[in-house]
This record gives sequence, C-alpha cells and structure tokens, in this order.
Amino acid sequence: MEHIVIIGNGISGVTVARHIRKLSDKKITIVSAETDYFFSRTALMYVYMGHMKFEHTQPYENWFWKKNRIELLKAFVTSVDHKNKTLILSGDKELTYDKLVIATGSKPNKFGWPGQDLKGVQGLYSKQDLDQLEINAPNNNVCNRAVIVGGGLIGIELAEMLRTREIPVTFLVRENSFWNGVLPNGESQMISEHISEHHIDLKLATNLVEIIPDDNGRVKAITTDKDETIECNLVGLTAGVTPNIDFLKDSGIELGRGVKVNRLLETNIKDIYAIGDCAEQHEAIGNRRPIEAVWYTGRMMGEALAQTICGITTEYKPGHWFNSAKFLDIEYQTYGWVFSERAKKEYEAHFHWRHPSEKICLTIAYHTETKKFLGINTFGIRMRHEMFDRWLTNERHIDYVVQYLKDANFDPEFYAHYEDEIVASYNSQMGTDIRTKKKSWKRIFQTTK
Amino acid sequence: MSTYDKSMSLTGEPPKALSTQQKLATVLGMVGLGLLALNLFNIDFPNKGLWLTVALSSIFAGIIWFSAAAYANKHPGIKNDGVWFKSISSRGFWAWVAGIALTGFYIILYFYPQYLGLVKDGDNTGVIALFDPLSKLLSGNPASQWFVYGTLYTVAILAFGIKFLWKYRHNNYEKLRTVSVMFFQTSFAFLIPEFMARLNHDGFSLPYYDLKNIWPLNYYNFERYRVNSLIDAGDIGLAILIFGILSIFVITPILTYKYGKRWYCSWVCGCGGLAETAGDSFRHLSDKSQFAWKVERWVVHSVVVFVTLMTTAVIYSYLGTDTSKYWLTKTTFLVSVAVILTAVFAWVMIYKREQLQKDAKYGAIGYFVIIMALIGMHFLSGEGNVFLFKSESLRKSYGFLIGSIFSGVIGTGFYPIFGNRVWCRFGCPMAAILGFQQRLFSKFRITTNGGQCISCGNCSTYCEMGIDVRAYAQKGENIVRSSCVGCGICSAVCPRGVLKLENGPLEGRINGKDVLLGNDVDLMDLVNNK
Repeated sequence: MEHIVIIGNGISGVTVARHIRKLSDKKITIVSAETDYFFSRTALMYVYMGHMKFEHTQPYENWFWKKNRIELLKAFVTSVDHKNKTLILSGDKELTYDKLVIATGSKPNKFGWPGQDLKGVQGLYSKQDLDQLEINAPNNNVCNRAVIVGGGLIGIELAEMLRTREIPVTFLVRENSFWNGVLPNGESQMISEHISEHHIDLKLATNLVEIIPDDNGRVKAITTDKDETIECNLVGLTAGVTPNIDFLKDSGIELGRGVKVNRLLETNIKDIYAIGDCAEQHEAIGNRRPIEAVWYTGRMMGEALAQTICGITTEYKPGHWFNSAKFLDIEYQTYGWVFSERAKKEYEAHFHWRHPSEKICLTIAYHTETKKFLGINTFGIRMRHEMFDRWLTNERHIDYVVQYLKDANFDPEFYAHYEDEIVASYNSQMGTDIRTKKKSWKRIFQTTK
Repeated sequence: MSTYDKSMSLTGEPPKALSTQQKLATVLGMVGLGLLALNLFNIDFPNKGLWLTVALSSIFAGIIWFSAAAYANKHPGIKNDGVWFKSISSRGFWAWVAGIALTGFYIILYFYPQYLGLVKDGDNTGVIALFDPLSKLLSGNPASQWFVYGTLYTVAILAFGIKFLWKYRHNNYEKLRTVSVMFFQTSFAFLIPEFMARLNHDGFSLPYYDLKNIWPLNYYNFERYRVNSLIDAGDIGLAILIFGILSIFVITPILTYKYGKRWYCSWVCGCGGLAETAGDSFRHLSDKSQFAWKVERWVVHSVVVFVTLMTTAVIYSYLGTDTSKYWLTKTTFLVSVAVILTAVFAWVMIYKREQLQKDAKYGAIGYFVIIMALIGMHFLSGEGNVFLFKSESLRKSYGFLIGSIFSGVIGTGFYPIFGNRVWCRFGCPMAAILGFQQRLFSKFRITTNGGQCISCGNCSTYCEMGIDVRAYAQKGENIVRSSCVGCGICSAVCPRGVLKLENGPLEGRINGKDVLLGNDVDLMDLVNNK
C-alpha cells in the first residue's frame, strides 16, 4: 500500500489527508512536532482571551483520526533524504514514504533587529507561542506594558488579546495608517480610529530600532526611530510570516522564499509536493502573491493535491480571491480585488461609502473604462460569498452590483440596512440614477451560475 | 478549583476577579437573596409587602448593576473575555456551589414546600408568607410555592434579560428575541394566569393556564380535572380548551414551517427564556461530543413516546364506553389517536424518507411502541388501567421523573455544570416534536457563507444545544438540525460572519455543497461526485 507522509498538521496537511482518505485506502501519516491533534491556528487568540479552551480549537474529536486511519506521529523532521525516500526525525529516527507532502506552514518574520532573540520577545503563530505568551504576559502585574511591532492582522489580534487582560499596549506601525499597504485610505483610517478607541497606544510611521535587555537577558525596553524609549516586558513581533522550511536546506528540493512548486503543487523532485503557507508558486496566479499565507488557500491546495495524489491530475486553480478578518469589534470581508492606494492598478477606481456615525464602511473597486466590477471591501456589513463569486465570474457592471446589493447582504435578521444610503451616495458621486432592487430568494439561491 | 487548563498558566493568572463595582453589586443581590432566606427560619417579618419589595428590588438592582459594570464601558461587540477563566462559568468551585444551591432549592420547592412555609389549611409562614401580599394583589389568593417560584423566575428573566440586552446590544436579532421572552414571561406566564384566577368564584373556575405552554410541555393539560373545569367554565373555558388543541395541531406546525422551532424555543417558551437570560453565562458548557448527540436523540425521542402514551392513557381513563351518552368513547378515541399517528408516520415515510436516515429508525420504533401500547391498553386493562398500572400513576411518575426531576432539578439546577439547555436538549418533548417539524418541513436553516469559515470553533463552543456547528460550516453545508433552537449566538460569535439564520425556500435546503467557494469549478465537480 502506498504510504503518503504529510509533514505538518495544519489546515493544509489535514485537508489533504482527509481528502486522500475520502478517495482511497492509501496509508496516511501526518508528522507534527507542534501538537498531538489538528487545531485551528486562527483561534489561538480566543484561548488566551478565555472565550475558548484549547480543546475547542480542535475541529475533530480525538477518535476521528483512528477511525479514518490517519496515523498521527508527534516528531520533528530534521531533514529529507529524497534519494532513499526517507525522513530523518530528531532522535535519529527515520520514516520512509512513497509520496511526501510538505505542509509546514510559516514562522514569524524577524528582520535582524538587535535583541530580537531576548527573553520576552516572541511572535504569535504556534501553540508554543501561545504557551510562551501565557508565561510572558499572564497579567498586567507580570507584564506592565507590551510593545507590538508590525501592523498586520496578527498584530492587531495580539493587541486585542493583551487588552482583555488590561495590559497596556503600544503598537508600532511602519505605515502612516493601519494596514494601508493593503486597505484603501478611508478604511485604513477608520480602523486606526477604532484601534485608538480601544486604548491601544497606536504609533504610526514608527519603526523599531533596538530591543534593550536587562541584566537577566530579558527585554527591558525598546527604542524607536523617533528616539523614543518605551519600557516594556513583552515585545510581540508580528511583521508578517515566512515559510517554515529551514530543515529543507541542502535537501535538493528547490527553494525560494518557500518551497517552489508548479500549478500541480509538485516540487522539482518526483513524489514530493508542497502546499499551504510554505509553498511558493513559480509564477503568481492572477493578482495573488506567489506565497499565500491564508487559511482558505491552504484548504484549497489540500483539496486539489489530494485529487492529484489519488490519480486525478488537478491543478491548483483558486477561484476569485476572498478573505475576511476582524479588527477588534469590526468585521471585515473582501471579495475580488480592492487594492490600497499604494498598490492600485492604473485602471482601478474606487467608490467609497462610510456611515456618518457608526464604524461601518464599504469600498467597491471597478474598472475606470469598462466599469466592470473588480472587488468589494466591507466593514461592519456581512456579505454573501456566493453572490460576489457569481458577479465576478459574470463580470458584472458596477451599476448592477450596486443595484442588487440587497441580495448580497448577509447580516443577521433585523439588522439595520444601508443599501439605500449607499446607493444614494453612489448616485451623487457617480452621477447615476440607480434604484436598489428588492432582495429575491430566487436570485440568491439560483443554482446555475 | 478552576478547571481551566493549568498548562496554559505556568506563572500568574489572567484577570478573572470581579471589579469593585461588581463586588458591591454581588453583595447587594446577595442581601436580597439573604432577606428571602432569612424567612426560611420562620422569622416573622412585620410589613411583609415592604420587605418583599426590598428583597426583590435588591436582587434586581444587584444584577443590573453587575451587568452595567461588566458591559457599559465596553464597545458593543462580542465580549466573552475570561469566560473560561472564571470559576462560576468554567465548572469551578463557584459553579458547583451555585449548582448545588439551585438543585437544593428545586428539591425543596417540588417536594418539601412545607419548609418554605406552605401551610395547607391556614396562613402561610416563612418565605411563602412573604409573597402573600403580592399574590393577593394579583389574584386575590394567598401565595403558593409555585407563586414564589413564578415571581423569582420572572425576576430572573427580566433582570438577566437586561444583562443579555446589554451584552448583545450590537445585535438586533438578540435584542428583539430577548424582549420577546421577557414579555411572554411577564404577561403570559406570570400576570395573565393570576388575573384569570381573579375571575374565579364559586360558580366559575378556570384552572391555572399559561396560554403559551403547549402540550406536551404541559403534559397535564388534558387531565380530567382540567378538562372538566374548562368545560364547566362555559364559553371562555371551551375557547381555551380549543385554543390548546389548535396550538398543537395547527398553530405550531404553521409557525414552525415559516420560522423554524425558534419562534417558540427562543422567542416564547419560559424554559427557553430562563435558559437564554439567566443561563446565558453557561451556554458554552454543553457537551458537543458525538456521544452526547447519540444520547440526546434516544432520550428526547423516548420522552415524546412516553408523553404521548401517557396522555392517551390519561384521557382514555376518563372516557366512557356508551356512545349514546357522548360521541367520544374509549374506542373512538384510541382509534383516532392510532389513525392520526399512522397518518403522520405514513406521510413522513412516503414524502420525507430520504431526509431521515437514522432518525427513521427511532421514529419507526416510537410509532410501533405507541400503537402496540394503545392496542394493549384497550384489551389488557381493566377500567382506568393501562396494562396493570393506573393511568394516574403513570402520569404521576412522568410528572415526577420528567416534569420535576428532569426539567427542574437537573434542567435548571445543573445550569452551571451541564450548560443552560440540558432540559430543552435532552428532555423536552415539545422541543422534540417541533424539532421533527423543523427538520422535515420548515423554511428555517442556518446557512454558511461560502468558503469563509476558518474552523475556529467559536460557533460550536457557544452553541447551547451542543451542535457541532463548525462541522457543518467548514464543509459549507447548511445546518438543518432538529435540536437547533435558533438562538442566533453562533452567528453572533462568528468572527468571519459565516453563519446566518434564514427562512428561505425549501428547495435545496438540506443539500450540502460539501465543497467551498474559491476553488475552480472543475474541482468542485470532482469533490461533489463522490
């Protein structure tokens, strides 16, 4: 029986395992040194915040793996010997495979800051990081102040986490407003306001210079490029992630920043594949980045690769881009592409609407000439994935999207609706005379695209 | 004593202590409870009306103050911070204290009301006497232990309802739903029955009737004394009796078809009302394991079978055999029950078979048991007996085991240990019947939003009915479960906005997509063609 070995028990590794099992009887082993069982990394913050216990982040009960004949091996892979199709595990143990899937994910970026390896300096990615955070910042007596470096999604999550234990937080962000490399200005501005409302000391356009140790090798303070010294007991490094592939150096597997793969997720070596955060496409797909460190793409790569491994050659062909996040109390969803001012294409224009008093806004990107709908960002309004997927596939005109916005609303029942205000604002900005169409179940649940 | 994972906290502990304001609020509430408890020792309070007002007001004010300190200075949004660190909400020391105290209270209330001061022929003493002035004001009668319970129940739903409103003030669905349960508790369950009692006099008497309590939740509704009393009360009584029957066969199915069982379980029902308000702090304690789900399905459906059989037996026992006296005889009645059940069973098996899978087995077994028992009843029993038991003793054991122990002592007393919907999930025959309707022919479902689920598990953790919501959401499947009471919390706690309670068309309601958006179409076809 063919033996499939998967390194990494995150969403990518587990998805590929589950789908291989659905399609075949192959022997499957998942190797991970992080945890015994699969858990949802994205939920680690809720464990620290006390919303969930760690076992709640595990999507499957512990009997699931045995029942589905997926072997779990808790071990650390130190190197890959592809000539003998063998993994070398720490403690000089070995494991042979017929096909190998590398799904090792990411690790937090470190940019060579002085003091970045001191005690009390950490990222937030793994279960071990979470355990470490409980040691470094259990409460505001042990941790009088935390400094978070890097203004991305993990940074704001870490800030929110620490605030629930009333730990003062200083948040250093390189940009002039939060996440404005990704978000258009209006949205980035609104989130920056929201961060400050939560008593997080947001320092924009500020860089970390040095992390200063005390006598015991623990962090004592940091300095910024504005010549400011901030005393703190915890430094959270959240300036993005890099593929976790150090163990593959000298393995013969072609590496860039990540493991280089083609559209079939194959590496340069036969029978070795890579998926998820650690995989790097030779050429980016559409507007996507060559390395996509997103939950959903890891899942999709797992689904596609399982088909290939089971004999149905399937390219990784992600559909329309989507993503979502939560910034403290504001939910964010995006479908299609809405670029920030910095990254905007020359043909891309935006319609932006913001609620006069609430923290609710939306941006629709469209093609300046064809008026084709390109993408949407919403904050504080939930949107129906199926609708935007369909509209993007059908290359709808922006007027059409605005008109039928009520079909796409996914907010809970009895929520206030803003489509009429949005359309009024659209009409006045764009010089159109559009009326909103009433929501129709028939359109929403139509089966054909 | 906290059971919170110690490995996560090698050094200090996360802040889980109450703020000064919350401590003071707790003291105030406890003073109110203490005043009530003092009466247990038969200390005779002068001016009972005043002391009762003081006691209830301090309980009420304590809860409101506590909630204000918890939520007033926070931004609107989901704030379950520290729920699993607090002793009371994570099965810690205080949870056990609260659970034991509540259970003790229920046992005394149900079985030893004399310790609360209930005196059969004479003036009440103790706690019950303290409630006399309020009871006399409302119905003109002295208080009973049920009046004491009803008052405290209403105070709990109102005060904790305000807490819930505060906590979920960003969510209109939750706000409306809570105002609804607060209204139905105060009017239908508490005030209206008292006012109805006021109408009673020597020539006219209505039994206590909470109009929103529908059979089989009020399994006693068709007992001889109640039916007689309603019929004797003339048009009003007859109207109530007809309303009671219509609620079962007409109103309930129509509303459940349109809105799912949530119209009842989390908008109207008193048990649901208490679970959603006072029980909200314990919703995450429900058991989500597949084992618990199996137990749930067997237990709750057995209760339905039992309650149907028991009610039939009770009605059967007081019907006559002589057709000339009254058209509804023992035989006619049994035959019509058998016909109705066969019709329901046949309809399900013919039209809804493909939706049932394993549940069909339980349905079939239950159906078979009832029909055989009905036949057995007729032939094997003497006058008024079901088999060899008296039907009244069957009813009494149901009342004791299910009505008291299950719904009260375990259902509510064990909130802090098993979560707030133990009764609704495992025991309530009404919820089971509504769930059956919801599963088979309701427009209700929880839809999942394409591929946006990150499997974080907030939805499953906060599902009070123990449904593993995530298991469906991560596959992109609609959630159509007979146990879902439509509380809407899964949708509220989802950080990605993946879940939505919807009443939509029936077509394709149950068909899962099994694969998520974001993949190309070819792959979706492949994965779907299993």
